[in-house]
Amino acid sequence: MERHFEKDINELKERLLWMGSLAERAVHQSVHAVLESDEQLANRVLAEEDAINELQMEVDDRVVQLLALHQLMAVDLRFVLAVSRINNDLERIGDQAVNIAQGALRVLRHPRVKPYVDLPRMSELTEEMVRSALNAVVRRDVELAQKVLASDDQVDHYRDQIFRELLTYMMGDSSVVFPAFELILVAKNLERIGDHATNIAEDVIYLVQGQDIRHNTVDRR
Amino acid sequence: MHATVRPALSVNLPPIVTNAAARETFAGLTMRMTVSKVNFFYGSKQTLFDVSMGIATNKVTSLIGPSGCGKSTLLRTLNRMHETVRHARLEGEILLDGQNILAQDVTAYRRRVGMVFQRPNPFPKSIFDNVAYGLRINGSKLPLAEAVEKSLRHAALWDEVKDHLQKSAYELSGGQQQRLCIARALAVEPEVLLLDEPCSALDPISTAKIEELLVQLKDLCTIAIVTHNMQQAARVSDFTAFLLIGQLIEFNPTPQLFTTPADPRTEAYITGRFG
Repeated sequence: MERHFEKDINELKERLLWMGSLAERAVHQSVHAVLESDEQLANRVLAEEDAINELQMEVDDRVVQLLALHQLMAVDLRFVLAVSRINNDLERIGDQAVNIAQGALRVLRHPRVKPYVDLPRMSELTEEMVRSALNAVVRRDVELAQKVLASDDQVDHYRDQIFRELLTYMMGDSSVVFPAFELILVAKNLERIGDHATNIAEDVIYLVQGQDIRHNTVDRR
Repeated sequence: MHATVRPALSVNLPPIVTNAAARETFAGLTMRMTVSKVNFFYGSKQTLFDVSMGIATNKVTSLIGPSGCGKSTLLRTLNRMHETVRHARLEGEILLDGQNILAQDVTAYRRRVGMVFQRPNPFPKSIFDNVAYGLRINGSKLPLAEAVEKSLRHAALWDEVKDHLQKSAYELSGGQQQRLCIARALAVEPEVLLLDEPCSALDPISTAKIEELLVQLKDLCTIAIVTHNMQQAARVSDFTAFLLIGQLIEFNPTPQLFTTPADPRTEAYITGRFG
């Protein structure tokens, strides 16, 4: 028997996925603003920040309403709780994308420090993590969620590599300190985006299996 | 790389509305019935004190509150059932479509405002005759069989009884009997349907069926329901009125009342702190 609250649950899912699309796009555009020194792209990311923030508020409001009015149980309850958590991670991903875009605007005022090698690889991996995490939400795919979790170490590795390499450049030439430091921050922002994607993946596992695997490295492999 | 299945960002999506109250479109909301400064007495004992509220058109309004708060008393004034009680006295004004309900013929009025009671009370007749009863007295725009089928469909009972219309209504289960009572009330096309704890005698599945039915029925008529189950009020109603010792404490859209009630007494009741 179809219950009328299912319509509200579906609407909640749609709004969350819309937010996911906006966050995914913001990450993609902000990173490409850095890699291609594209000021217009960076400004577009800044302009779209409000939509993500307002969607976060709407999703939270819908969650409260669903919980108060419908006494959800089992998978429905876990879904709404997972949405509430994923909502926060998506908003933080949006914030990190804004930070990257702001970094792009500062970096493009300086000559390029070095050819970008690891940064595009890191950004591609991070974007893939966000995309896969959201797909895992849509499809309730635990296997895909676990692949996201497994990618986190590689993202951290890229961040460390980029940091070490840019540190060397800064030590060798003080004129590149400012842009190099900005690029380190971009790598840091990307690493944080990766962390949020893993949080989303953990929430998918909670939603599907009812298991809370946060802070438990054993279950992530 | 996995294909993404997400709303294309170029598609027009509904605007972002951060607040539930703003999401509910009250544009065009009218009050089918209004209750103004109603005071009610059983003899010298006053049981309703200055109650004023509205019953919104094509919405479900629920009346909640602890036992003895006056919610059933209030509901019964809406279709003048109190007139069957000796020494019952109503002061104040109740309007249906702007007209004083006391100024109308009571039998004709009760066709416009139907009532379903807590215990299913089908007539000792066949399923068909239960629904047809009111139609035979009041007349029907459609042929009788068609009108009966329409009501049974509206009450989500048709598929279960269509091959057994001549069976006695008493052979139906409790939930089916209650839906039959709803079909009987709907047969005369009331403008308002009142339900006094319609599910309290039913099992959870039957309760769920009736709740889903009420959500669909509001397209047909205006609904007011008394329930001691506040979760039911939260699930099915658009507006909720909370009564306490004969007073209307709060009357608000249901999402608002159950998430951020305006009155601390409402909050104490819905959080189970008393009642």
